[in-house]
Amino acid sequence: MSVEKLARTPMPCQEPDERVKNFSEVALGYTDEMAQAEASRCLQCKNPTCRKGCPVEVRIPEFIAEIKNGNLDKAYEILKSTNSLPAVCGRVCPQEKQCEAKCILGVKSEPVAIGRLERYVADKALANQTKTAKPQAKDVKIACIGSGPASLTCAGYLANLGAKVTVFEGLHEPGGVLVYGIPEFRLPKSIVHKEIEGLKDLDVDIKTSFVGGTTVTLDSLFAEGYKAVFVGVGAGLPLFLNVPGENLIGVYSANEYLTRANLGRAYDFPNYDTPSYSGKKVTVFGAGNVAMDAARTAKRMGAETVHIVYRRSRNEMPARLEEIEHAFEEGVQLFELSAPLSFKGDDQGKLVSVTLQKMELGEPDASGRRSPIPVPNSEFEMETDLAIVALGTRPNPLFIRNTPALELNKKGYIVVNEETNETSIPNVFAGGDIVTGSATVILAMGAGRKAAMTIADRFLK
Amino acid sequence: MAVKILKKESLIPGRTSRLVLDAPHIANTAKPGHFIMLRINETGERFPLTIADTDKEHGTITIVYLVMGKSTTLLETLKEGDEILDVAGPLGRPTHIVEGGKGHKVICVGGGTGVAAMHHIAKGHSQAGNYVIAVIGARSKDLLLYYDELSKFCDEVLVATNDGSMGVKGMVTDPLIERLNTDKDIKEVIAIGPVPMMEAIAKLTKDYNIPTTVSLNSLMVDGMGMCGACRVTVNGETKFTCVDGPEFNGHQVDFNELKTRLSSFRDKEAESVEHYKCQCGAH
Repeated sequence: MSVEKLARTPMPCQEPDERVKNFSEVALGYTDEMAQAEASRCLQCKNPTCRKGCPVEVRIPEFIAEIKNGNLDKAYEILKSTNSLPAVCGRVCPQEKQCEAKCILGVKSEPVAIGRLERYVADKALANQTKTAKPQAKDVKIACIGSGPASLTCAGYLANLGAKVTVFEGLHEPGGVLVYGIPEFRLPKSIVHKEIEGLKDLDVDIKTSFVGGTTVTLDSLFAEGYKAVFVGVGAGLPLFLNVPGENLIGVYSANEYLTRANLGRAYDFPNYDTPSYSGKKVTVFGAGNVAMDAARTAKRMGAETVHIVYRRSRNEMPARLEEIEHAFEEGVQLFELSAPLSFKGDDQGKLVSVTLQKMELGEPDASGRRSPIPVPNSEFEMETDLAIVALGTRPNPLFIRNTPALELNKKGYIVVNEETNETSIPNVFAGGDIVTGSATVILAMGAGRKAAMTIADRFLK
Repeated sequence: MAVKILKKESLIPGRTSRLVLDAPHIANTAKPGHFIMLRINETGERFPLTIADTDKEHGTITIVYLVMGKSTTLLETLKEGDEILDVAGPLGRPTHIVEGGKGHKVICVGGGTGVAAMHHIAKGHSQAGNYVIAVIGARSKDLLLYYDELSKFCDEVLVATNDGSMGVKGMVTDPLIERLNTDKDIKEVIAIGPVPMMEAIAKLTKDYNIPTTVSLNSLMVDGMGMCGACRVTVNGETKFTCVDGPEFNGHQVDFNELKTRLSSFRDKEAESVEHYKCQCGAH
């Protein structure tokens, strides 16, 4: 039997009935046997197309070959050589649109489960506390502002070359969106912490509660002898729907809802002090990964019903396939082709319902998705006591506003040189959501890596 | 980053204290009107406090708080030499201060703990060379904050107490009305304190057509422009207290919405305090 015929090894998961009652990770990870079986499916292409689908160019066939050889330390070393956060990427990358989309097996059958194998290798290494060799220290100071995936990647790359890297984070916990945004059941905090501990082992200094643009500024950093600064300050203020009633008690941005639950551990209130609003009839507006995270968090916080309200249809949902499937398995329902017109509250100012309007799909718009068109006289009301708005974000305002010399685009994001990720200010680089707007973890990491390569060329030769 | 408490003074025993914090990295850029976000311990909630004073030379900032919920109760348990686990700042937009000279008369009104935050702003106006009239109030003389500190640099300090134990008997609005009626040189009013007080002052000064700034105490989670918890309607538009404020044109703020939003978690706040008391064996 040819290898192509072998089916892709499924990921073992917590059962939906069980997992909606806890915040533990849903996907349990491959066993050794599963990893061997899946690794054996890789054709070891001479000219691997999968690698071209990866923003950080992970040497995919090479690390998979080492799994087959039983040499997991070597597999981890290969992963870490281009990817600072493999345990994170193995969990949250949209592989079906990237590496796995380019896998040749996918033409006739299913692609190799590259993400799952990446996670397997990284988890094994984190469990065994495998350390990569420490480089010789160089007297070159580099600063990274923000500690999300872009900054951590940049920091890791440069620390691996011996630079003295300091990461400044405004919140009290490092990790950026990995800790405040992505829920525990999808990316356990312990994984993020271990990845960050790995950076500390490389002498990366992480300063929390240092706010980019106020506590630390470009001027202060250059005055302190930093040679280059990477700005990865990420997303900022959430977009709202701009409909009446949006400031009622019970209407939240996904950022607020998720930050309370994740960074504030509101799911463990009152053992943790941060409260959250527990709704019984929850509506989530938007259909991206953040919307799925919010919907699934609401389920776990005790909601009776959770409806994703989306103005397009299931086919246009931008979330990662696995997140959509997991959400539906957990009882989240889709209310497609509907858009909100207003929220209504009671005399206490608490949300009680949302007025929706039916939509139909028209011609494809600039994004290539069919655009929604309102159906006249189709308004109807839906009961809801917790509405979560997940429509995306605007740029983080603090750093930009206090750094007027930075060139911005029309939408307020930082303009960078596409080859180097350098901004309009020499030796100041930027990447992640502050450049692209809401995007994926791996794209941010790709940007952090690109900037790090230029910084290394200039200062670490 | 953890920050050490250099000095702790009880201003009203069991209710209000003043802390001087060793925070050169914040003092360095902090201006009147700025606030900080604090978290007391590993399970604590982030919450904002307006900076009451800064001393760049000694690298310190001062905060004053009213013991009200779980977080301020925890804060009150800390002593000199202890550390606050996380302090981030300075945050928000600083007060807009015009250098108008002694002809530029500014009335700074403070009520309750808001007097401490107002102190920093009054000081800023004084240092800019403006004529500063402080109007402060409390229920009685022993609950009045910052009278001595304000007297040091303000051109005038007017006091109102509910029981008449000091200054005018009544509310802060009483000396304010009198002043607005008799003094035509008042260029602006700044009000910081309980929401009903700020609302009443804004309503009053609108009739006199005097620009009025209020500093809002919205609920916040990150405090740095990420979550939108602190949104408030100003002049019909949604604004974010943490990055657009905390100071806004008092004549344009939707105070009713602010009051409603401040009550979002009232039941949870009570539950949190109750849970804490049980843990401490305080029953």
